[in-house]
Amino acid sequence: MRRAVIAFTAFLGGLIFLLAGPAHAGPADCQGLRGTLNFQGQPVNGARISVTTEDGKPVAEATTDAQGRWDVQVEDPGRYKVTLDVGSLPQNAEARGGTNVRTLSVYEGNCSTALFPLQPKGGGQDQGQQSDDNSAFWTRAAQLTFEGFNLGLIIALAALGLSLIYGTTGLTNFAHGELVTLGAILAYGFNAGMGLGLIPAAAIAVIVAGLLGYLQDRFFWGQLRRRGTGIIAMMIISIGVALFLRYLFLIVFGGQTEAYTQYNAQPGVQVGPISAAPKNFVAMGIELVVLIIVGIALLRTRTGKAARAVADNPALAASSGINVDRVVRIIWTSGGAIAALAGIMLGLSQNLKYTMGQEMLLLIFAGVTLGGLGTAFGALIGSLVVGLFIQVSTLWVPPELKSVGALAVLIIVLLVRPQGILGRRERIG
Amino acid sequence: MDWITIFSTTIKSAVGVETVLYGIAAIGLNVHFGYTGLLNFGQAAFMGVAGYGLAVTVVVLGMPFWAGIIFGLIAAVILAFLLGIPTLQLRADYLAIVTIAAAEIVRLVFRSVQFKDVFGGSDGHRGFTEGFYALNPYPTGNYGFNLGPIPLFFNHRTMWVITVGWVLIALACLIVHLLMKSPWGRVLKAIREDEDAVRSLGKSVFSYKMQALVLGGVIGSLGGFIYGLGYASVQPDVFGTETTFYMYTMVILGGAARVLGPVIGSMLFWVLLVLIYGVLSEAVRVGYITFMDTNQVGALRWILVGAGLILLLVYRPQGIFGDKREIAIDAR
Repeated sequence: MRRAVIAFTAFLGGLIFLLAGPAHAGPADCQGLRGTLNFQGQPVNGARISVTTEDGKPVAEATTDAQGRWDVQVEDPGRYKVTLDVGSLPQNAEARGGTNVRTLSVYEGNCSTALFPLQPKGGGQDQGQQSDDNSAFWTRAAQLTFEGFNLGLIIALAALGLSLIYGTTGLTNFAHGELVTLGAILAYGFNAGMGLGLIPAAAIAVIVAGLLGYLQDRFFWGQLRRRGTGIIAMMIISIGVALFLRYLFLIVFGGQTEAYTQYNAQPGVQVGPISAAPKNFVAMGIELVVLIIVGIALLRTRTGKAARAVADNPALAASSGINVDRVVRIIWTSGGAIAALAGIMLGLSQNLKYTMGQEMLLLIFAGVTLGGLGTAFGALIGSLVVGLFIQVSTLWVPPELKSVGALAVLIIVLLVRPQGILGRRERIG
Repeated sequence: MDWITIFSTTIKSAVGVETVLYGIAAIGLNVHFGYTGLLNFGQAAFMGVAGYGLAVTVVVLGMPFWAGIIFGLIAAVILAFLLGIPTLQLRADYLAIVTIAAAEIVRLVFRSVQFKDVFGGSDGHRGFTEGFYALNPYPTGNYGFNLGPIPLFFNHRTMWVITVGWVLIALACLIVHLLMKSPWGRVLKAIREDEDAVRSLGKSVFSYKMQALVLGGVIGSLGGFIYGLGYASVQPDVFGTETTFYMYTMVILGGAARVLGPVIGSMLFWVLLVLIYGVLSEAVRVGYITFMDTNQVGALRWILVGAGLILLLVYRPQGIFGDKREIAIDAR
């Protein structure tokens, strides 16, 4: 057992060296504020940003460049107020929620990022001012449905691994969000640190993450199971792992937000009522293909059938000759790999941050619980529902509260149908 | 290396504001997790609603300090019922997910721009502590003594907060001790060991769990008050899920299902954390450590917390004072 823990620590330590490249590749002499303005997937050029101290003394002004970027360096660390001049935005754009002022802390030798999400004026997606409210509403609904589907697919990728791990080992893995972050950060490391294109970087990251998933089970979780550690103890251990990994990412990756070096400012394309960058369509295609392949593998292959059998009843599966340990190991490997893929896709549609997976963890849980803990296809359906619900609900609720709605639904579902959509009654005890 | 400062801050942290507020909230968590076996991952929300109950009552409604405390306590009780009714009949891991989700909802609502007028957005509230410090019996000045060359002093405001805090901790420990010796407490422990057995004896498991949830939540809410008063402010992100996880670390470190376990756990947690941070950041400043900066040292200590939590549960799940047979970690 001691060997196992040492080995696990060593492999996590190895991560530091693996990831050390990109952390030091970043601009070390940056001390100030910066950000990128995007509107409908396109950079905003020539928007004015003014930076003042917290009590209003002007410090500097900046104008966004052709990539929508702006950058203000300051002398002293401290709190600064960043104001976006709304009048300098494109005519049809406005700051989301009307908030064009941010107050941020600048730390010594670090750049803080000020984000100003932009949205079309009046909330409508189409530029035609004369189109009536009703059609604007439906255009927006279509756009949000698309975005919800996009988010739902990402959640589904992560949820599949979580649900299968839960089903086969009984572990509610609170560190699964960190596996998502790991994928994104690995891809960023290969992409920005080693200068690979994003696609090969992503492929390598998925393979490495799968390998790490295997090692994690081989040298850590598997050993704990052999030791007879209780499932609640394992759940709390997974919290320890989550804290460990999260702050390891903070040390290695830093606290700032980053983007991949490729496919950043893609102009949006219009498909029917939906406008999105081409990368989103490609990403969704990949996600769908992966989900279908995993689904077919679960239904058709021997290992897939064995996995479902173990998820159903581990003791019975073992007694009918299925090698449970092998199945669990395969699930950890593939679960880690597809969670990493989810992270890469998430990094593509948002930015990368060391807490990105943690912030998604509850949505993953919501998807898994909604679909029924331990059922692979339930997790898929549940995640899609959660993703759609989150995005579409912004038609009525403010965007910052959209996750609240999804989490509230999670609680209500547990009240009405605790076993979830595809779950079975006896699991919930 | 400035060892005097390091030792001074470390020793002070053993009784400081953070130790007090986490300790008292961890006592509440111990009632949930240690005695009843409820995996409440939303303890930070109890602290949050209490702190915000106080702040909103005083700042927004303009009512006096005591009204704020009463509203904060009522808010904690209501939260316990809201959490408990849907979840207490579910299995442990469902309870964990729902309580963590509920705590996140509370935090997101507190920090939303939509309710900025009430909850103050991500900046939170400040300026609600006059009523508390008006009761301060300590005249202005510093209190403490020199331990050899090491100065150990708190100013009069901190003194007042930690005095109240330790009195509350003593009271909470006394209450928990008496309750857990009583028949009521034995039912709670029986629920932790075997729910069905308790049910077959004609006890209403749901009702006992709910009482435990309310009791632990109210004790936890005292930690929220101490936070608000000690730092003279409340911010939503303080009451995030990590706060709850740190409390779990403390409860397990000290020993779950032991009256003094969470208090000792909180003291050790903060002493170790402050000591490690002090030594490492001094080493960085002086130049002994060159491969990290101060921010990274800050992150490193949370890595150690994570590693510590893992190692504790693997090698000594009963913590320092606990009894292995009493730890509710093997339920299936």
